[in-house]
Amino acid sequence: MVFDLTDEQRMIQETARNFAQKEVLPKAAELDENSRFPEELIRQMAELGFMGIAVPEEYGGAGMDNICYAIAMEEISRACASTGVIMSVNNSLACDPILKFGSEEVRREYLVPMASGKKLGCFGLTEPGAGSDAGSQKTTAVRDGDFYVVNGTKNFITNAPQADTCVLFTMTDKSKAHKGITAFVVDMKWKGVSLGKHEKKMGIKASATSSITFEDVRVPAKNRLGNEGDGFKVAMNTLDGGRIGIAAQALGIARASLEDALTYAKDRKQFGQPISDFQAIQWMLADMATEIDAARLLTWRAAWMKDNKMRHSKESAMAKLYASETAMRAAVKGVQIHGGYGYIKEYPAERHFRDAKITEIYEGTSEIQRLIISSALLKG
Amino acid sequence: MDFRLTDEQRQVEEMVRGLARKEFAPRAAQVDEESRYPAENQRMLAGLGLLGMLYPSEYGGSEAGPVSYAIALREVAAACASTGVGMAVTNMVGEAIFRFGSEKQRRRYLPMLSGGKGAGAFALTEPGAGSDAGGLSTFAREAGDSFVLDGSKVFITNGAHACVTIVLALTQKSPRKISAFLLEPGIPGFTVGKGEHKMGLRGSDTVSLSFDECRVHRSAMLGAPGEGMKIALSALDGGRIGIAFQAIGIAQASLAAATEYARDRRQFGQPIGEFQAIRWKLADAATDLDAAQLLAFRAACRKERNLPFSKEASMAKVFATEAGNRACHAAVQVLGGYGYIREYPLERHLRDIRVTTIYEGTSEIQRLVISRALSL
Repeated sequence: MVFDLTDEQRMIQETARNFAQKEVLPKAAELDENSRFPEELIRQMAELGFMGIAVPEEYGGAGMDNICYAIAMEEISRACASTGVIMSVNNSLACDPILKFGSEEVRREYLVPMASGKKLGCFGLTEPGAGSDAGSQKTTAVRDGDFYVVNGTKNFITNAPQADTCVLFTMTDKSKAHKGITAFVVDMKWKGVSLGKHEKKMGIKASATSSITFEDVRVPAKNRLGNEGDGFKVAMNTLDGGRIGIAAQALGIARASLEDALTYAKDRKQFGQPISDFQAIQWMLADMATEIDAARLLTWRAAWMKDNKMRHSKESAMAKLYASETAMRAAVKGVQIHGGYGYIKEYPAERHFRDAKITEIYEGTSEIQRLIISSALLKG
Repeated sequence: MDFRLTDEQRQVEEMVRGLARKEFAPRAAQVDEESRYPAENQRMLAGLGLLGMLYPSEYGGSEAGPVSYAIALREVAAACASTGVGMAVTNMVGEAIFRFGSEKQRRRYLPMLSGGKGAGAFALTEPGAGSDAGGLSTFAREAGDSFVLDGSKVFITNGAHACVTIVLALTQKSPRKISAFLLEPGIPGFTVGKGEHKMGLRGSDTVSLSFDECRVHRSAMLGAPGEGMKIALSALDGGRIGIAFQAIGIAQASLAAATEYARDRRQFGQPIGEFQAIRWKLADAATDLDAAQLLAFRAACRKERNLPFSKEASMAKVFATEAGNRACHAAVQVLGGYGYIREYPLERHLRDIRVTTIYEGTSEIQRLVISRALSL
């Protein structure tokens, strides 16, 4: 067993950390306050290769591994969780399924601009009636010659308002339930595609979320990912990777909670001494640090397994479940250590608290992760 | 990054798992029931080179390294935690003698320990010095070419079966200097007290030791005068990785038993494993134990490469022992009434694992070590 980073992994850690601290962190509070999409940061991240980290260079990506991806996600999210999720959706949910399931033509046309960060992607799976039960898709795609005609509504779609491209899931054969789902790559400018209103969210407010409606949208058959009926497999396979990204995002938020609380605890004096001298505070910090290390190891293990083409559904679920719940616990403790200052916007602790919550919900709730893990255990 | 075991480590895993399942597991309930020290298990461990895994063959060791040692300990503890803790302390004592001992001390004691002639014991804790180990009061008075020890030690694992015991004592009161000594059984003034009745690990030997005008030659000192705490803390850093793996082994055995039970046991017309109430417990235990194992392997790998690992060992110990306790608790709950009776091993696992958050540094001491490393 080796726990060291390679030179490349160390390099991207340093690059991402410097960029995040210098460029992203100073803007994070303002982005949150104004729910402003950080267009300029996304452009800079594209130049650094962060929008398609694990995509091969021939398809416009940085050609690095998934541990590099997790490392960069953690660093960006340490500074701003909203910026982190914009990056994660593009990398994991838009680029990855096209790389894996798209034809060469589709890769050239859609993957290259997204992986290089010239265009932005989103992932249309969730519907008003299909959350955790993703198999119960109502959006339909009906074959019409060389096209499919798509009708339906997707909601809670991260990046939708800015996205150029959507990896979209539809029902092509309702009688087959989740085996009747088919995935497509859809251009957001096509006729019949329209955006619903932006959601107002508790946290990750700088990332934009909206519904998308598809009305008689004609999608060329060549834009299909895999075969008809492969959609559920495409979605699950994609989410196995996406969960590594969200685990890394959660790690970044947890680290922000810890590092900010540490700074505050050393500085804040009560009862004649820094509060960091009290065991009540030390215990919280020690637990945060230990859980963050554990979460990072679970995340890197899943990323390593993906890099080595091993099945990693269970391990991704463990990483996502553990890291997101660690982020939430760390954020609760971070606010507590700050006391009243943790509750006001002058300090970032309350933002970490709001941002952490989503990581337990999207890309599979904690409950879905526990289902995946327990199924793997009981199967033996 | 590479999360694979080497071929050699995999072989150790397979060999020890085979031995533990075939020989130790079937006897574990009886060892517990009768509070019997399983000497035959220790002999079998010696036969396979598992009692001297951290020093080279010229001293009778197998030099398998900290990672292989961790794996072996996990497998033994999964079958019989009492056997596991005996093995852990013997290995720890051997490693300390190898690292800090004179050539003569190494030649004398290491082959005895690895060969199973007797166990190794480590006497630091006293009635008044638990977490505050530095506050010990056993005194070793210098007298010519000897030291004369007076005082007492408590909760000493392997104490009654040891062929050599590392004893920490004050050699100077002001300023305080603590030194380590190697004591053999039977020397005048060195008495072994009666065994403690414990909640768990009932097959492990836990005794008090007393020293009454106990005279040892100065060549019995381990390391230099005043080096005692350094030796003790260095042994404990390694020991903590061992206890983490002991907890992981016990908890993995509990989780495996609970998972199997959840598959078979039917209530309300279906296996209880179909109920989310049960599945959640299994999922949380499995996730926690995987995280625990990664933390513990990280610490073991750092030790193997001679990198500092004190903080990592503390993180591994506090996390693995607390997660292990939760997992064993949940496993008893999954089995319901069957978890509470001795027909199943779950109640023993729960009793056995309880001590892991206490000995070799309580969870509270681990959190102190970790928070200090955060540069508060």
